[in-house]
Amino acid sequence: MSINTKQVKKNAYRITKTRGKTALRIRVPGGHLEVKHFDIIKKVADEYGNGTVHITTRQGFELPDIDFDKIPEVNKMIRPILEGLELAIGVDISDLESGYCAAGTRNVSACIGNRVCQFANFDTTDLAKRIEKEIYPNDYHVKIAVTGCPNDCIKAHIQDFGIIGLTEPQYAQERCISCGACVKNCKKRVTNALNFENYSVKRDADRCIGCGECILKCPTGALTRSREKYFRLVIMGRTGKKNPRIARAFLEWVDEETIIKVIKNCYEHYIEKYIDRTLPKEHVGYIVDRTGYDLFKKEVLRDITLDTKVKVARYIDFGGYMYDRNTMFTRGYN
Amino acid sequence: MGLKMNYKEFNNALEELSRNYKIYAPINMNGKGRFSGTDVVGYGEINKIEDAVFGLKSYYSPKEIVFPIRQTLFYFGDDEVKEPKVDDKDTIILLRPCDINGIERLDSIFLHNGTYEDIYYKKLRDKVKFFMIECAEGFDTCFCVAMKANKTDNYSVGMRVKNGEIYLHIKDKDLEEVFGNLGDEVDFKPDFIEKNKIEVNVPDPEKLTIDIFEHEVWKEYDERCIACGRCNTSCITCSCFTMQDVFYDSNQKVGERRRAWTGCHVDGFTDMAGGHSFRQKNGARMRFKTLHKVSDFHKRFGCNMTVGCGRCDDVCPQYISLSKCINKLYDIVEGGPKNE
Ligand code: SF4
Ligand code: SF4
Ligand code: SF4
Ligand code: SF4
Ligand code: SF4
Repeated sequence: MSINTKQVKKNAYRITKTRGKTALRIRVPGGHLEVKHFDIIKKVADEYGNGTVHITTRQGFELPDIDFDKIPEVNKMIRPILEGLELAIGVDISDLESGYCAAGTRNVSACIGNRVCQFANFDTTDLAKRIEKEIYPNDYHVKIAVTGCPNDCIKAHIQDFGIIGLTEPQYAQERCISCGACVKNCKKRVTNALNFENYSVKRDADRCIGCGECILKCPTGALTRSREKYFRLVIMGRTGKKNPRIARAFLEWVDEETIIKVIKNCYEHYIEKYIDRTLPKEHVGYIVDRTGYDLFKKEVLRDITLDTKVKVARYIDFGGYMYDRNTMFTRGYN
Repeated sequence: MGLKMNYKEFNNALEELSRNYKIYAPINMNGKGRFSGTDVVGYGEINKIEDAVFGLKSYYSPKEIVFPIRQTLFYFGDDEVKEPKVDDKDTIILLRPCDINGIERLDSIFLHNGTYEDIYYKKLRDKVKFFMIECAEGFDTCFCVAMKANKTDNYSVGMRVKNGEIYLHIKDKDLEEVFGNLGDEVDFKPDFIEKNKIEVNVPDPEKLTIDIFEHEVWKEYDERCIACGRCNTSCITCSCFTMQDVFYDSNQKVGERRRAWTGCHVDGFTDMAGGHSFRQKNGARMRFKTLHKVSDFHKRFGCNMTVGCGRCDDVCPQYISLSKCINKLYDIVEGGPKNE
């Protein structure tokens, strides 16, 4: 059997433990899909796989035990999924019958967001789809996740780009009954950004993380949401065999457009220029380790005018730990 | 006088009225709902009838127009006290029959309870004219009929807004002039709702004796109620307030005295000097509220305090229902049919 494994992998199929068998991965941008797509997933699993499906950590599906030579047939079958979950949101896929056209950039995942969750500060799936449209297809190894609030249920903190929704509480003093519900809650569960002065609530903007919990607590609507949506962008979190670590805040109180531009710049100007092409696929976080944060910052913020509200990390100490603790020295120049 | 007119004609009248009145109605507050991407209906000023929301019940009641959430009573300085100016304009409120009855309940507390009238309330209340919005269908949580708050004739104008047309029943002679030359004369009187979706049986207040205090019915609310106070703040008839003396930072001798809403479910409501506090358990707060609404107030003023607007049900994050609680009390003291 002759298989171009590179091509197969690029097509979102896996080289598996079992010789001759592959597994198909299905992207679900934003983690939300119409159930009609289940019919096709079921059919492929029944007819070509082993009747099972694995739900991936990135909110996709993985259908195991498919014969390599059935790939063309499977690709034809999943055409409606590509149409519904990719084409429909503006992703440019020229040949819809050849399956997924890239696997490097992982599915953009999202917590359930404000379609359901009370805490959410925006529609996470919508933003995930917008990002998908900008970055897919693409071979670079980047992980992106979108979460509705700083509870971070999607674990944006272990992504290369973790996008966390914020709101800026608006206080209408004349509606406040000084009940203290907001102050108490922020102190107990968040960052203690609120306190009382003369029976009115004062918010320390430097402490406030924009979670919106105070708004949820206020019984009179004295605290409400800002019309604008804001985000915290955390970067370069990861698992992996070298240096697992939590993402760090890069931008705070930034808007959606800026985030999209930053991500695009990262693909087009940063990774493109600085990736180590001797490796099959270099994960973006390791490029940042090599080039340093300052260069990353310069490239991804190019042509962007930041609003005065936006805070940019002056420097980032990524931290985490090294599996190989003896990393300080190498022999020679490498 | 009965009139039928279109929106445009009605808006002309509103424009004329707005010279002398501030006109309040239930309006949609865009993006101001608790959750992201949600609106909320509350009371605000309108310029045209299209700004008013008729298809939904307002989350907040019109209470805040006559009894502001936070109200400065007077400013004090070294040796003088000054009351804040009140707006020159009078007030028109578009509201439903239950809310008119609700404001009458507030009148009982602020104007007819004891020797003195509450002058701060009276000042705002005296300005008000009611434009009653006909409410002949009601919403899922309403129980105005059982509270006999479904009807009123206490209005200057009764109005039906339907299919782009407005029917008016004008009782106030001053307003006849404003509307008189608009629209067509018709025979119109507003209808009232006669039956709510939920049925509420109110126990005889005399049977709600002290024994009910110890009843286990309240225990459930110890667990369920989170004392968020939303039932109190959305209620048209809750009238409790607390006082605040505020000294201005720049000069500790001047400041203001104001009052702000509070309520039996709000933490700190019964705190006293020394830290003692009544009704620490949330079930006891539910008990206080419920008995105040259907027993204590009744004994004093001869009607239930609650008007059955159902807002407390609508806003409770724990899905606690006052009407259900009243039904439970009925079953306990009347041994009546089990209510759902
Ligand atoms: S991250 Fe926030 S918005 Fe998203 S599911 Fe969790 S709590 Fe809800
Ligand atoms: S948004 Fe969150 S952090 Fe900011 S004041 Fe409110 S509760 Fe505190
Ligand atoms: S929760 Fe609302 S009403 Fe209570 S103190 Fe805070 S802002 Fe004021
Ligand atoms: S107690 Fe509930 S139903 Fe009764 S008037 Fe108040 S909010 Fe309306
Ligand atoms: S709204 Fe519900 S949970 Fe909140 S205080 Fe009232 S009864 Fe308790």
